[in-house]
Amino acid sequence: MYLFRLALGSLANRRFTALLTVLAIALSVCLLLAVERVRSEARASFASTISGTDLIVGARSGSLNLLLYSVFRIGNATNNIRWESFQHFAEHPRVKWAIPISLGDSHRGYRVMGTSPAYFAHYHYGRGQPLRFSAGRAFATDPFEVVLGAEVAEALGYQLGERIVLAHGVASVSLVQHDDKPFSVVGILARTGTPVDRTLHISLAGMEALHVDWHNGVPARGAGRISAEQARQMKLQPKAITAFLLGLHSKAATFALQREINEYRGEPLLAILPGVALQELWSLMGTAEQALFVVSLCVVLTGLIGMLTAILTSLNERRREMAILRSVGARPWHVASLLVLEAFALTLAGVLLGLALLYLAIAASQGYVQSRYGLYLPLALPGAHEWALLGTILCAALLLSALPAWRAYRQSLADGLTIRL
Amino acid sequence: MSQPLLELADLGFAWPGQAELLDIPRFRLERGETLFLKGPSGSGKTTLLGLLGGVQTPGRGSIRLLGEQLERMSAGRRDHFRVDHIGYIFQQFNLLPFLSVRENVELPCRFSRLRADRARQRHGSVGQAATMLLEHLGLPAGLLGRRADALSIGQQQRVAAARALIGQPELVIADEPTSALDTDAREAFLHLLFAECRAAGASLLFVSHDQSLAGLFDRSLSLTELNRATKPVEI
Repeated sequence: MYLFRLALGSLANRRFTALLTVLAIALSVCLLLAVERVRSEARASFASTISGTDLIVGARSGSLNLLLYSVFRIGNATNNIRWESFQHFAEHPRVKWAIPISLGDSHRGYRVMGTSPAYFAHYHYGRGQPLRFSAGRAFATDPFEVVLGAEVAEALGYQLGERIVLAHGVASVSLVQHDDKPFSVVGILARTGTPVDRTLHISLAGMEALHVDWHNGVPARGAGRISAEQARQMKLQPKAITAFLLGLHSKAATFALQREINEYRGEPLLAILPGVALQELWSLMGTAEQALFVVSLCVVLTGLIGMLTAILTSLNERRREMAILRSVGARPWHVASLLVLEAFALTLAGVLLGLALLYLAIAASQGYVQSRYGLYLPLALPGAHEWALLGTILCAALLLSALPAWRAYRQSLADGLTIRL
Repeated sequence: MSQPLLELADLGFAWPGQAELLDIPRFRLERGETLFLKGPSGSGKTTLLGLLGGVQTPGRGSIRLLGEQLERMSAGRRDHFRVDHIGYIFQQFNLLPFLSVRENVELPCRFSRLRADRARQRHGSVGQAATMLLEHLGLPAGLLGRRADALSIGQQQRVAAARALIGQPELVIADEPTSALDTDAREAFLHLLFAECRAAGASLLFVSHDQSLAGLFDRSLSLTELNRATKPVEI
């Protein structure tokens, strides 16, 4: 269409302003899409922090609290669960596997979790991915073996065979160290992008050994102390754990078992469905996420208004152009459509450049973001939602361009063929 | 007497809320005629050109172009009619700087099917017509692909003339087209313009304040005499 050629020619004649306008739109589009992609990936990766687990069971408290300490290692349990309760449900005919979790110690700010070998076999994250070892193996019969999450190993520079001392409590500066019973690193897990990366895993026996000579929350002194060697000889059966994860034979039994656990007579327990609790937690954070989206929408609007300003400013100096066009037969609506086409061309160029910038940015930062934040940003084509956003931006641009188009229409009617200097 | 190309009868025009600016009882332009219309500033020249182009409509009277009354047409039809039958040359800088010389010349054919058809009939294609016209007007062939603003003023005016003439409109209106040229270039330009108007069978309405050129035309008129609304300007 010849009008489009004219619009592009006129734009090329003002290429510096046009380029800046395109750049402003491109940056805002890139920002919006990046925010959208990070948002949806964050949501997806959040939802896939834990998978394959049908029920999380802890002492009766709030479901969010239980989710936070059992999966995200945030906060503390209000109460422990008796070992007998765990055993009762671990041997339940509907239960396929059970993973005990015992929390309470830490190492240089990272949480220590006591668990059983079942953890490495049955804990899944993402889309059903199992835990993998990047080095070494799971802890075995010796209680003083530890398996590190990927981030722990990387941040603290630990290798296999390293001997480390755990601290009592979860403050980052711990006063009481379990320095009489050092652990040796026997395995390092591959990166998962979940809280597993920030966890040190020891056996329940190890957890028990650390505290075998503790009474009322303080370590024994002098003769009461039990050395690591002595502890190895003892029967290290825990009396209590913090929580446990259950996998069932059939998902259909989930609600029935949940009710059964919640009504358990032995002690007050709470069973939650991880998916539901995750959703609940995400909706709490939704406000911040929405705010981010709104801010980036505003940035796009700013870009479009910048374009509008540039076009409106150009109108006066383009009266000559309009008059020439009128003299060679362009009608006022031709002049008006030239401006709409101009806005469309600028925005389209901005959107395309924005997409190019987005992919460039993703390609450049993909590895870093994945390793640092556990977010996998795919180099995929825009999805339906993103296309819809881009379409909306184009429509908004067309809508805004009605203003300069209308003014040019009026102007060219008034000026006619008169060329004003 | 045959029907004139352009005929004004009892034409009156006033801007809203102002005194009458134009009052022309009679004016004729014959087919193929070249007319010099002396129009100093304040004589209502711009308004008259606006009326002839159909951009404004007269308050009273009629404007007949090719026997059709412009004031009775709709605005869209007038726009159409104008580009089909009138070619314009303005003072200076009347090319689109971002288009090539050739594209500038072809512009009227983009908006008028009639002129595109005529250009094709006579020269085979619109592009060919532009090339021929520019050649006749003495523009070096090497400049055709250049941006219009890369040309000298004199060259630009020839391009503007070619644009006014492409597709053989019946009327060419030139508004001070030579004011930016020096004396020698003026006459040379006019001779080229006359020759091309003759070749295309077009009438030429040449509006200027430069009386020295009047002798070159078939006929010469003064707008101040023609227009009863103008008061003699004392200088």
